[in-house]
Amino acid sequence: MSEYTIGILILACVNLISVLGLSLLTGFTGQFNFGQAGFMAIGAYTAAILTTRLGAPMAVAIAAAMAMSGLASVLIGYPTLRLKGDYFAIGTLGFAEAIRLVIENFDKLTGGSRGIPRIQTYTTLPVALAAVAVALVVVASYIGSTHGRNCIAIREDEMAAEAIGVDAFRYKQVSFAINAVLAGLSGALLAHYVGFIQPSMFGLVKSTEMIVIVIFGGMQSLTGAVIATFLLTALPEVLRAAMAWRLVLYGVLVVFIMIVRPEGVMGTWELSPRNVKAAFARLRSKARPERAGKAG
Amino acid sequence: MTVLELDAVSKRFGGVVAVDGFSHRLEEGGLYAVIGPNGAGKTTIFNLITGIYQPTSGSIRFRGEDITGLPPFKIAQKGIARTFQNIRLFSHSSVLDNVRTACFRSSSYSILEGLFPTPRRFREERMLREKTLNLLEMVSLADRAEEKARNLPYGYQRRIEIARALAQEPKLLLLDEPAAGMNPDETRQLMDFIEHIHKTFKLTILLIEHHMELVMGLSQHIVVLDFGKTLASGTAEEIQSNPAVIEAYLGSGEEV
Repeated sequence: MSEYTIGILILACVNLISVLGLSLLTGFTGQFNFGQAGFMAIGAYTAAILTTRLGAPMAVAIAAAMAMSGLASVLIGYPTLRLKGDYFAIGTLGFAEAIRLVIENFDKLTGGSRGIPRIQTYTTLPVALAAVAVALVVVASYIGSTHGRNCIAIREDEMAAEAIGVDAFRYKQVSFAINAVLAGLSGALLAHYVGFIQPSMFGLVKSTEMIVIVIFGGMQSLTGAVIATFLLTALPEVLRAAMAWRLVLYGVLVVFIMIVRPEGVMGTWELSPRNVKAAFARLRSKARPERAGKAG
Repeated sequence: MTVLELDAVSKRFGGVVAVDGFSHRLEEGGLYAVIGPNGAGKTTIFNLITGIYQPTSGSIRFRGEDITGLPPFKIAQKGIARTFQNIRLFSHSSVLDNVRTACFRSSSYSILEGLFPTPRRFREERMLREKTLNLLEMVSLADRAEEKARNLPYGYQRRIEIARALAQEPKLLLLDEPAAGMNPDETRQLMDFIEHIHKTFKLTILLIEHHMELVMGLSQHIVVLDFGKTLASGTAEEIQSNPAVIEAYLGSGEEV
């Protein structure tokens, strides 16, 4: 594999970790978060400051990044997750902008808008793949658990969820915290892949990119999140030939998919042995309709 | 034993008194009904019992414990389950998952354990699945278990909602107009169904109903509400012959 391909793969893995968290929070728990970049920024800066200034090992930096980002979600979630409807989404949007401004103006620690240069590039492909694997197992387990079902219940009908005894506020907090911890991890890995961070990398554009990937892949499908992350991370690179038009093309393609398939590429379908078997069975019965008709 | 005791419960919305000093006791194992014209405050009483509304005054005790002012999920956890007038299902989830979700308190693994594929968690998930399938069998929904709840006909959706409430293993079941929108045939099936679950699950049931036939045929005790006030209370025969009730609710005509 060329250096370039490996680079794109690492970037996709780093994005995917953040997207998995967001998929749990927005896709499965139904809480829109337009400030994902804020949590990634906390992770990136915490880790980068620790490794560049204090010479901390990467593992310590990652753990601190995840803890700080998780802590931020608790502080933000407590007052905003009780709000109904769109207010939580607006709260996250404001939070991310506030974080970016704090980083920009706290230049003694963060280097201000010039950012932090010369960060060790610890994030290699094996590191990124291992982190993705852990994130996938954790999020998939959670969604398949009784606690994950409670999250889905909240998304579907919060009043009915409370009526069966689900503490909606608590479950929203947990989803928000898992999301933030993963975003922190993603940010830490990003900083140590690119080798340089600055506040403008964590603006509204980044937050939007994350939420677009979740919606594009299918709000209720981790499989969709994985596919969409790789597709949409690679797409701008593939479109590089189109030069100045590439972001326009990117936008047009996303809009096109949303019109043709509003439920996202995968909808609610998940890649599992059982679902694959069922899909094959459907294909076979389509291929030979006369026999399927008799059997049915 | 008294399961539920409402003591002079009132609820005001601004100048409107939706429920005015409502008092009632439900004894264990009984089947009670609240009837009354539209806007009499029936659903408000349910919302007060389940904590969706806070009473303006008065108190609610469940099995001897004061539950006034508790949030809905805590009241549900104490053992009060309900259905809604406009069915509220987890409509994109399967029938199985709708009911299985409500079983969550029979499992004991923590949120932390939910993050990892531990053996204990698989064991408990298997137990939850079996439990759910048993329950679906009992309410004759087992063959629809994998279908999405919203794709099933109305009568089935009602039954899923009741099954979901039963999955909570409640002590008290509140049914809000279970026969709303049903034809006479479906209503009769529903009556049998409610009678069946009342017996098998040894529940105390309180139901709100417009459907006179259903109420008179089922309930041991009926409360008639009008403009937030209790108009009458007693057995089906007593209610049917009460002149105030006939005037306010059944109408003064000869039809009934």
